[in-house]
Amino acid sequence: MLKINNLIVSYGNIKALQGVSLEVKEGEIVTLIGANGAGKTTLLKTISGLIAPVSGTIYYSKNEKNSSLNHMAPHEIVRLGVSQVPEGRMVFANLSVAENLDLGAFLRRDAREVRESLDKAFQLFPRLKERVTQNAGTLSGGEQQMLAIARALMAKPKLLLMDEPSLGLAPILVKEIFETIRKINQEGLSILLVEQNAHLALQLAHRAYVLETGKIVLEGPARELAMNEEVKKAYLGA
Amino acid sequence: MKSIRQVLFCVAILCFFFFLNHFLTLYLNPYYLQILIYAGINVILAISLNLVNAQTGQFSMGHAGFMAVGAYASAFFTDRVGPLLHSFFTHVLAFPDFFSSFFIFGFALVIAGCLSAGAGFIVGLPVLRLRGDYLAIATLGFGEIIRVMILNMDVVGGARGFTDIPIYTNVFWLGLCVYGTWMVIGNLIHSTKGRAFLAIREDEVAAECMGIHTTKYKVGAFVIGAFFAGVGGALLAHEVGYLHTNSFTFLRSIEIVVMVVLGGTSLVGSALAAIVLTLLPEVLRFFSEYRMVVYSLVLIFLMLARAKKWKST
Repeated sequence: MLKINNLIVSYGNIKALQGVSLEVKEGEIVTLIGANGAGKTTLLKTISGLIAPVSGTIYYSKNEKNSSLNHMAPHEIVRLGVSQVPEGRMVFANLSVAENLDLGAFLRRDAREVRESLDKAFQLFPRLKERVTQNAGTLSGGEQQMLAIARALMAKPKLLLMDEPSLGLAPILVKEIFETIRKINQEGLSILLVEQNAHLALQLAHRAYVLETGKIVLEGPARELAMNEEVKKAYLGA
Repeated sequence: MKSIRQVLFCVAILCFFFFLNHFLTLYLNPYYLQILIYAGINVILAISLNLVNAQTGQFSMGHAGFMAVGAYASAFFTDRVGPLLHSFFTHVLAFPDFFSSFFIFGFALVIAGCLSAGAGFIVGLPVLRLRGDYLAIATLGFGEIIRVMILNMDVVGGARGFTDIPIYTNVFWLGLCVYGTWMVIGNLIHSTKGRAFLAIREDEVAAECMGIHTTKYKVGAFVIGAFFAGVGGALLAHEVGYLHTNSFTFLRSIEIVVMVVLGGTSLVGSALAAIVLTLLPEVLRFFSEYRMVVYSLVLIFLMLARAKKWKST
């Protein structure tokens, strides 16, 4: 579904990604773990077109159709079915929950289908339905995260890029959010999940990559990585 | 059926402003009439800047420049091309005088809007890469560039100013333009597509993640804002009958910015602020030489009152 080859991204002189290769297969949850500054967010931003890579390729395939995302603008990438839940949620604070969700479906034309997606989003997050007229800025952190996820789902993506959905949330909410991620994955959505909470991420994901200072140092099935001594020491605190 | 109703509605609007114009010119003293027209022009300017500054969140301070483009372009058209068109309409097509001037000024307004929109596009494309203070300074600079360019164009009078512009502006045209501006921008920001403007104001990166082509919408807001600024300029030119670039300095831009800031984010607010700030200096004539001092004090007071209200909501 998504195949990244030897991706190099730099901010001026600083190389944030130094040749990253990664793959997400159809129906998978793939997690990318790593410390602060390893380049996780940079990778997601590059995939969604917010940052242009120096070199390397990003291929995305949908219905057997291959397209290179390298030189595409963010809105074209969203149109292809790749949506991002940005880091720190970034909900539109002065707009209502309903307006936020509408904006998620910005590129979709069919009003009836959008309506269906909206119902589905409310099913997934009943709390949002209760707060539908409220301004997004007045929601709690957890609710904002739910809104950010629901908003991304409104675009009806095939591949969802999630940047630290657990950031700043109470443990019980994190569990709830991760349960939801599992649920939407079971409905057929492929997910690339960037997380600092390695413990939970490795439980949830099928496969995992460990990113360290711009390089992939380890990869494999999530369960195996969770057993790996180095990963345990560095990321699981055991 | 629907189209018939639309046509009827348009005719009704035209008739309404036509009779309003008739009535007001008959019964209102010319001084009040002129203030009314200035207020209307300011409403158009404030609403059009509202789209850029308040809805899309791109702080522009070059609105006077686009006004100037519209004012000069329309004045050039009515003054130079107008007489030719007039003889064509009245002699070849045998239009009555009334219709002839109707079409000439109608054309002039459209030309003013389109040229300003074009200027808005040329300025907006590079400038809207900037944000915040930098954008404000760059738009201010471009506004001045436009003004100085016009100042050096001899065909429009240069430093002597543009004289003998026919007086076409009346309550009919003013009403039509205010109504049109209100309808276009009001409907735009409440449409699904128009929500993109708000999304860009709230968070540009998040807007991009939603699939919004941010450059397109930012430049779009700028172009539409410039279009109506041009129309406002054209109305002003054909009200005063004389144009000089001194009327389009950055102080003029700041006046419009003040209206938008005072009015808050809503269109109604901007329109009300435009009316209040047009009336205020007239009401304060009573203070004679201290007028502008009192005006500034009242403005400060209004801003404070507004800030308080902002906090409480």
